[in-house]
Amino acid sequence: MRGLTKVFGTLRACDGVDLDIARGEIHALLGENGAGKSTLVKMLFGSLEPNAGEIRWNGEAVRIGSPSEARRLGIGMVFQHFSLFEALTAAENIALSLDARTPISTIAAKAQALSYSYGLPLDPYALVGDLSVGERQRIEIIRCLLQTPQLIILDEPTSVLTPQEADKLFETLERLRSEGKSILYISHRLEEVKRMCDRATVLRHGKVVGHCDPRQETASSLARMMVGSEVHAVVRTADTTGSADVLLRVDRLSRPPATPFSIPLRDVSLEVRAGEVIGIAGVAGNGQGEFFEAISGEVLQDRADAVTIRGKGAGREGITGRRRMGAAFVPEERLGHGAAPAMKLSENLLLSRHATDPGVYVGALGVIRHAAIAATAKRINQMMDVRKSAEDPAANALSGGNLQKFIIGRELDRQPAVMVVNQPTWGVDAGAAARIRQSLIELARSGSAVLVISQDLDELFEISDRIAVMHNGELSTPMSRAEATFEKVGLLMGGAEPGHVHHHDPAEVA
Amino acid sequence: MRLELVKRPQQSVLFSALSPFIAFALMVVAGGLIFLALGKDPVDGLYAYFIGPLTEVWSLHELAIKAAPLILIAVGLSVCFLSSNWNIGAEGQFTIGAIVGSAIPLYFPDLQNAAVLPMMLVCGAIGGAAWAAIPAILKARFNTNEILTSLMLVYVAQLILDWLVRGPWRDPAAMSFPQAPAFHSWAIVPELMPMSGRANWGIVFAVIAAIAVWFMLARTLKGFEVKVIGQSPRAGRFGGFSTARTIVFAFLVSGALAGLAGIVEVSGAIGRLQPQISPGYGFAAIIVAFLGRLNPLGIVAAGFVLALSYLGGEAAQIEIGVTDKTVRAFQGMLLFFVLACDTLIHYRVRLVRPAPAAAPAAGPTPATEAAHGHG
Amino acid sequence: MGMAEAILLTIATAATPLLLAAIGELVVERSGVLNLGVEGMMLMGAVVAFGVALATGSAWIGVVAGALAGMAFSLLFGVLALTLVTNQVATGLALTLLGIGLSGMIGVAFVGQPGVKLEAISIPGLTELPLVGRLLFGQDPMFYISILLTAGVMWFLFRTRAGLTLRSVGDSHSSAHALGIKVIAIRYMAVMFGGACAGLAGAQLSLVYTTQWIENMTAGRGWIALALVVFASWRPWRVLAGAYLFGAITIAQLHIQATNLADLAGLPGPLYWLAGAVKSVPSQFLSALPYLATVVVLVLISRNRRLTMMNTPASLGRPFVPDR
Repeated sequence: MRGLTKVFGTLRACDGVDLDIARGEIHALLGENGAGKSTLVKMLFGSLEPNAGEIRWNGEAVRIGSPSEARRLGIGMVFQHFSLFEALTAAENIALSLDARTPISTIAAKAQALSYSYGLPLDPYALVGDLSVGERQRIEIIRCLLQTPQLIILDEPTSVLTPQEADKLFETLERLRSEGKSILYISHRLEEVKRMCDRATVLRHGKVVGHCDPRQETASSLARMMVGSEVHAVVRTADTTGSADVLLRVDRLSRPPATPFSIPLRDVSLEVRAGEVIGIAGVAGNGQGEFFEAISGEVLQDRADAVTIRGKGAGREGITGRRRMGAAFVPEERLGHGAAPAMKLSENLLLSRHATDPGVYVGALGVIRHAAIAATAKRINQMMDVRKSAEDPAANALSGGNLQKFIIGRELDRQPAVMVVNQPTWGVDAGAAARIRQSLIELARSGSAVLVISQDLDELFEISDRIAVMHNGELSTPMSRAEATFEKVGLLMGGAEPGHVHHHDPAEVA
Repeated sequence: MRLELVKRPQQSVLFSALSPFIAFALMVVAGGLIFLALGKDPVDGLYAYFIGPLTEVWSLHELAIKAAPLILIAVGLSVCFLSSNWNIGAEGQFTIGAIVGSAIPLYFPDLQNAAVLPMMLVCGAIGGAAWAAIPAILKARFNTNEILTSLMLVYVAQLILDWLVRGPWRDPAAMSFPQAPAFHSWAIVPELMPMSGRANWGIVFAVIAAIAVWFMLARTLKGFEVKVIGQSPRAGRFGGFSTARTIVFAFLVSGALAGLAGIVEVSGAIGRLQPQISPGYGFAAIIVAFLGRLNPLGIVAAGFVLALSYLGGEAAQIEIGVTDKTVRAFQGMLLFFVLACDTLIHYRVRLVRPAPAAAPAAGPTPATEAAHGHG
Repeated sequence: MGMAEAILLTIATAATPLLLAAIGELVVERSGVLNLGVEGMMLMGAVVAFGVALATGSAWIGVVAGALAGMAFSLLFGVLALTLVTNQVATGLALTLLGIGLSGMIGVAFVGQPGVKLEAISIPGLTELPLVGRLLFGQDPMFYISILLTAGVMWFLFRTRAGLTLRSVGDSHSSAHALGIKVIAIRYMAVMFGGACAGLAGAQLSLVYTTQWIENMTAGRGWIALALVVFASWRPWRVLAGAYLFGAITIAQLHIQATNLADLAGLPGPLYWLAGAVKSVPSQFLSALPYLATVVVLVLISRNRRLTMMNTPASLGRPFVPDR
């Protein structure tokens, strides 16, 4: 394979992007959320059609009309949002992306053999719905490798892995490079790019802003290229709480699995004091969503004291009752959970505020007070710098970052005593992320208790005073910032015995 | 060539207003083609169908009589459909409402005063609501598919009515006719303008119901709850609203209105219970609801359009000799066109030529960028 | 022919249209599409099959025409729900309402006319076998078609690559699209197959079950077929079992209605009393049995949430717009 050039442009998701990848290199594609990375690789993989520009493969101009054509050329892809089928087995999932000549009966054996040779063990007969995120990624990788590709595209592969799992993935990638395969590695994690990649192309607002050798750059110089300006570092003032009041207490909270594919919660206990930010780390799908629903009151507990808000038992209260006790919640999914996608921002304001501010937004006979809502929405949009195209657009017309700023602002505007946020900056651009993180720290320092659930370890280390880890529905004892390291947290994320990590941590022994 | 949909960033206000009209126009065109196929003059046919009934006063009264149940039912259905509860059993709720309301004059024939009719109306609404509560509770409690259960109960309701008018409630004076005794004058919904035609208070009830439900949906928290649960149930639960409560609320409202329509129909237009009390109002109201874009005020207008199709069918049969079975075909087509036109509100539709087999090997400059515009 | 044999034969005749319509809808739903227009497609199949058979004198040509009519009619649904991404529930309802209307309009000329019967097969030597002869070798062709279709769908869905692809589209259309599977094309084919099956079911009603055209003659069978698919948790052999269960309920209530109490005078006391009690139930309540049974069966199956969640195609009824 020689080179690959591509130019295209419409909607400016990708605007005249040039990119070439050499044989046997790991090429990083860097860019913020929304910079156009995913759009670019979807075109490369034939799932999107470029409006202009061309792709050259081994020197020849090609038109990649569909993913199967891409596969025929030798391009494989590991998706960020896995393109897997939960109701089918691993082997069936793999079979679907291979061409029709491969008999299904032999695929299971082939996949198993390949998976062991790369150290990625896999049960071909397991239902994907029952598998963890890491195991699902293995299926994606094996599926890709079975097509014997020359170019492998990986879209944000480590965002769902523990640091240790990520290390393992890097070993696999090194091995693929040594076999002469090319890898296009998409990430916004600069450390791993610096560690692994031979070259990097940086994308911003759909345009290439530079090519570089990541090993020659510093993390902050790469970040500058990605963002285009200095990102204000989050300022974390010292935690002065000491023995402040416990505002949120979770006591031996358990919950049976709600659906066949969900995780049960087992004896989760936690205290969050006024003035502090507690972070909960964990790989996606380890019970964080279930935990959030239990804390928020979307799911009730049997015991009132399983969840205590400002000293009062809240376990039997629904989400409205808990809000009235002074708590505020921001779920992981923005569209469809935190906000109704097709509804206007003002209506989405009413969604979580209709009962907490009695008489303000809803008057006699349940009549909605539009003027008061509009005024508050305006205040929030100013406070959080929400950029929007119309006065009161629908939630799904906003970018992820702007909608998240609105949703966080909607709750901050109430000055809640307890704030619980799940994945505060997932898929949000760097500027908005910094603003959101800063506002959470400020809320805590003003005397509230803040609980942040996140998969992003960098984020948790940036804002948390204490960090706990959720694994398989269990929560570890929180460690103070001084105590916590990436290694320790990573091991707990991978399932090391909670509470005993100090004694088994090889990093500590070393 | 293939059709391609491009999502609009915002709903099109223009097409939100226009789509019912485009749909109606398309139905008129298709209707003309059907008349041609049946060997009739399309202009005569369409005139008899859609204009003729509007030219005489008595026939305007009939229009109001037919529009009343359609509007009442469809207004209730709009609450159901907006909350994503697919109540398609309004015909059954209509029937049970008629039965329960009729029980008052049939069981208390000596009760003859001004209280009878209000009691009948209330009982009709309660009966319809109770019948609708069955699929609602099954859905809220067991997650049972409400489409199928509400529809099955239509057949059951019709069989109950059939049994009553042939069995316990049969009028002994009517020889072997399967029908209940005629209502006494206190049990009849009064006519509005008896001098010029038969239209009764039913149409007034329908308009009041439409305004009340419109206010509820557009201005109150309850309406917000209905819409948010319908669009995005998980966000609704996050807002502190209960899905189960909304299911029951929506079914009760629509069942009560369908039941009210049922008792108004038998005590107004018909005057007694008989095996056939509805020319499919409960199903036609589904079309009315969509044609009115699930807005109760739009539904008032849409109700008259569908009522016109019933009258037009009868007129066309008499005047140009086409079967009145065309009515339901016209109504079905109308719903099809309404749904197709609603796509225009959310999407731009454009025809795309398949891309040329081999891409022109243009240089690596964005020179070809302007080749395709934005739709 | 014994009484039991006769009853079993009528049960098969009553179950066959349900099975045909349900097995088609099962394939449609396995591809992630909810087409509630089964009742309408059956009616179109019934009226076209009746009319064509009448005109040509050949029941077989009628059967083929019925299947084609159902398929063509399902295309209307496809264009709206798949290409124009309209709400599938509303579009299915529209198809049913239109089917009722159109079939009534077309069928005006056929009301009261004697139809053409699709004759039962007869294999010399086998059909005359005692007990099983008529059941296995002497039924109408639609019975065999329905059984073969069920077996074929089972084989297709779980043994072939195309079947796997179809199931994958029903599980996650976005994943399938990302892999380059032609989601819309596959769904069109599934919808058309469902339409053809519903058309066959209609043809069975107007050429075998009754041999005449009656307006709205499906009487809710299309809806019961839809319920059967849910009841069967999207598995072909359970659809077969469900269809025969409903066939049995239908026939049982018909037999009860038709039997004269006086003929049962020879029964032992308690049984006679029981028969008398059943006969005292008004016939309308017996006629309501299949509909009530549908409700009960749906409640029973939906109470088991785990089973429903594991089996419901995850994309069922969800709109899909490919991003190009």
